[in-house]
Amino acid sequence: MSTSTLSRVWDSDLAWSFRHSKTALISSVLLVVLFGAAIFAPQLATQNPFNIAELELWNSELPPFWVEGGSRDFLLGTDVQARDVYSSILYGLRLSLIVGFASVILAAVIGISLGLLGGFVGGTVDAVIMRFADVLLSFPAILVALLVNGIARGILPPSQHQDAAIYVLILAIGLTNWVQYARTVRGSTMVERGKEYVQAARINGISGPGIMFSHIMPNVMGPVLVIATINLGMAVLTEATLSFLGVGMPATQPSLGTLIRIGNEYLFSGIWWVVIFPSIVLVVLVLSVNLLGDWLRDALNPKLR
Amino acid sequence: MTLLQVENLTVEFPSRRGTLTAIEDVCLTVAPGEILGMVGESGAGKSMTGAAIIGLIEPPGRIARGEIRLEGERIDNLDREAMRRVRGRRIGAIFQDPLTSLNPVLTVGEQLIETIQTHLKLSRSAARERAIDWLRRVGIPAPEKRVDTYPHQYSGGMRQRVVIALALCAEPRLIIADEPTTALDVSVQAQIIALLRKLCKETGASVILVTHDMGVIAETADRVAVMYAGRVIEVGTVADVLRAPRHPYTAGLMASIPRIGEKPDILPQIDGSMPRLNARPDGCAFNPRCPKRMDICTRLRPELTPDAHGDVACHLFSKEPAT
Amino acid sequence: MSPHSEAPLLEVSGLRKSFDLSKPFINRLIERSERQLVRAVDGVDFTIQRGQTLSLVGESGCGKSTVAKLIMGLTRPSGGSIRFEGTELADQSAGKPAPVRRRMQMIFQDPYASLNPRWRVARIIAEPMKSFGTHPDPQARRREVDRLLEFVGLGAADGDKFPHEFSGGQRQRISIARAISTKPEFLVCDEPTSALDVSVQAQILNLMRELQRELGLTYLFISHDLAVVNYISDWIGVMYLGRLVELAPAAQIFANPQHPYTRLLLDTVPDISMVNRDMDRPAGEVPNPITPPPGCHFHPRCAHADARCKAQMPDFIATATGHARCHAVQEGRLSPIAERTALRGVM
Repeated sequence: MSTSTLSRVWDSDLAWSFRHSKTALISSVLLVVLFGAAIFAPQLATQNPFNIAELELWNSELPPFWVEGGSRDFLLGTDVQARDVYSSILYGLRLSLIVGFASVILAAVIGISLGLLGGFVGGTVDAVIMRFADVLLSFPAILVALLVNGIARGILPPSQHQDAAIYVLILAIGLTNWVQYARTVRGSTMVERGKEYVQAARINGISGPGIMFSHIMPNVMGPVLVIATINLGMAVLTEATLSFLGVGMPATQPSLGTLIRIGNEYLFSGIWWVVIFPSIVLVVLVLSVNLLGDWLRDALNPKLR
Repeated sequence: MTLLQVENLTVEFPSRRGTLTAIEDVCLTVAPGEILGMVGESGAGKSMTGAAIIGLIEPPGRIARGEIRLEGERIDNLDREAMRRVRGRRIGAIFQDPLTSLNPVLTVGEQLIETIQTHLKLSRSAARERAIDWLRRVGIPAPEKRVDTYPHQYSGGMRQRVVIALALCAEPRLIIADEPTTALDVSVQAQIIALLRKLCKETGASVILVTHDMGVIAETADRVAVMYAGRVIEVGTVADVLRAPRHPYTAGLMASIPRIGEKPDILPQIDGSMPRLNARPDGCAFNPRCPKRMDICTRLRPELTPDAHGDVACHLFSKEPAT
Repeated sequence: MSPHSEAPLLEVSGLRKSFDLSKPFINRLIERSERQLVRAVDGVDFTIQRGQTLSLVGESGCGKSTVAKLIMGLTRPSGGSIRFEGTELADQSAGKPAPVRRRMQMIFQDPYASLNPRWRVARIIAEPMKSFGTHPDPQARRREVDRLLEFVGLGAADGDKFPHEFSGGQRQRISIARAISTKPEFLVCDEPTSALDVSVQAQILNLMRELQRELGLTYLFISHDLAVVNYISDWIGVMYLGRLVELAPAAQIFANPQHPYTRLLLDTVPDISMVNRDMDRPAGEVPNPITPPPGCHFHPRCAHADARCKAQMPDFIATATGHARCHAVQEGRLSPIAERTALRGVM
């Protein structure tokens, strides 16, 4: 990227709006911290909570270091299995974000493709896609995710359940969330399809797929970016919910949701730190993503500028 | 006695790249009963001038300086509620798209009666009589029946007639008509223009007719103001301005319009295009495109100066050319 | 229909297009409503000789833009034939067959919608050359793009910009550069200046005339502006509710209009030569095209209509000046209108 491109990006309306929005700045700083923590989890963690060899049982149920009885070796305390809460959160965050990003990409790819196809081809193809989307939308997302999850677990042999859990989650969440992309892309595609630049391409013998991908797709991606951002928060939450319900990540590979579920079981025995800290991280993560998505939506909407 | 006097009206839009001046030092007068045409290319500021007069500039735009006087009373500094009363009662508006001016869920009669009762002290039945009368005057067939129908049951031309009735029924002194015929077909356009002209002569209302169509101006207006890059550059009677334009822009514009009955090999054209808001040149805004540019034109902005044939803002016609 | 004896470049005959506006089958069954067909183009015949310009004029809904789309293959005709130098195109879709379609291009009305906002100008102009394979080498293609940009009055450096960096008139020049990039012989121009400001309109019209002279182009020009049409055309066709009602040499249409609708159009068009003309003429409006009046579609607005006009569709018959679709003209019931020409003599 040359310096002129960089300065043009810096000077663009989007960048200007970003620099002048406190919400956008704060939430992106938080997100950079959280993403950094997730990426560098192995370096930042004080122990590997998945490695049973590292766990010493006499360190279990230690409170955070500033509470009486706490230890500076375990900043946010430990759980009943002596896992360091701080390290568990880093690894859990990592898993949550992997599931979130992967399912968003899956949903976006499915949604954009189906939306483009339905909007561009129209007729029966469009009707079939959109009716299917309507049906999917009439169930609560979590129910569909549970259903996909259940089917996948039914097909796979029990020995593979633990290893396959993450892929099953991605599939379940991705398959639930594509409808929003498809609807948005379909709507924009139908608008773009009627525009004269598309007619010009047809006159010049450009094929249907050529028009769809090289002409229309770049023009319908703006709203997709907004949906994807907001959807990341949704996906992370759905993953947490599934894991909290016990059908997500297993206790040996805990995501934030799994950590919250485990912590929840001990909340009433006074071990509050196991549930509180992962919850705070989850809330901050989802809130930042959503605020950034809201800002992006407003910034890309010329009517609100 | 002038009905409307606009002096040095300047509308600015603050933006992150500095303040954009949409219209600058616009001066206009409208006499009672007169139809003043405002022409110019898109972005010249003609619609903005109309919007400023009826107090409908969308924020963050604002009137930066200047005065607007209606019957001698300043209306540019009124608060929203006072301006709302002026709008409708004393100044009516007709816009390009009749559908945006009409409420789709109310019958045409309800909208007319509401407007009449807001501004005139009349009983409901008297207001209804008057509404039907207005529909008749704007040429709606069978107004007794049509009064109870909805806007979508009217054709485009009939809808614009209803909008005219709605603008005129409170008996305002001034009508701002912004491209009232642009959305209509040619054969309907002529009818609407004729109607507007006739009704204004009858009621004595003045009209500011904003349009890009010189033909409409020629056939409708008494005087015409030509705008370019946010300023009024020439004002005069329609006959003077259209037949003997003096500002080089007006002259070029008039020459570049194809006419029925003439078929030149090449149309006279003005090269280039109107500068954008943020790129107006110093001096006269037209100087980069002007075939008669002088040194002074790049330095000093010419002011609108009156003479026997109207007002023109061009150094060619300055009485005392500055050195 | 034309003084030339050679074969016309474009020959359109009996062209028809109906659009189905019916509700879905289930709704029709429940509401017991009929199928609704709109005859947007209802039997249009014309030819264009090489190097000439035929304009189609008419008000909105008359079908003139649909004719343009049918010729370019953007919609399929319901009937009739479109022959380009003898090749039948009525059953071909847009862009096919490539060797013929390369020679036909189109300029659109809206310069803001006709250029892909996400593409750079050079890519936009090069697309037809790439697709039709006229300049397979990318470097040669780029050189040709630069040449075209300069040819239409822009600079070679403009190729690297995006459409939003240009004014309406400049965008229309880009659109023209794209249209002539495959060295076409025939251009369909769908209201190419109606979205432009007056002073820019003259630039574009002059450019189009210049192109015609230099490249020997043939134009089908669609417009609602009679003055523009007068400047650009050799022949003019007047359309009303899907039918061609008059077709004649341009000078004849203005000097000696035959069809009452042509006369109405000429009388109502606002004209800068007509300062404060009295225009109080009740002329009605174009009826809804879904339910056009029977017989001659124009009869409800026509002062000369009689019982035959209400019942029977007039044929497209030869007149003193060209062709017209009018019983009154055929029966000689219409007076030649000397007063119009007299009116227009001054100024």
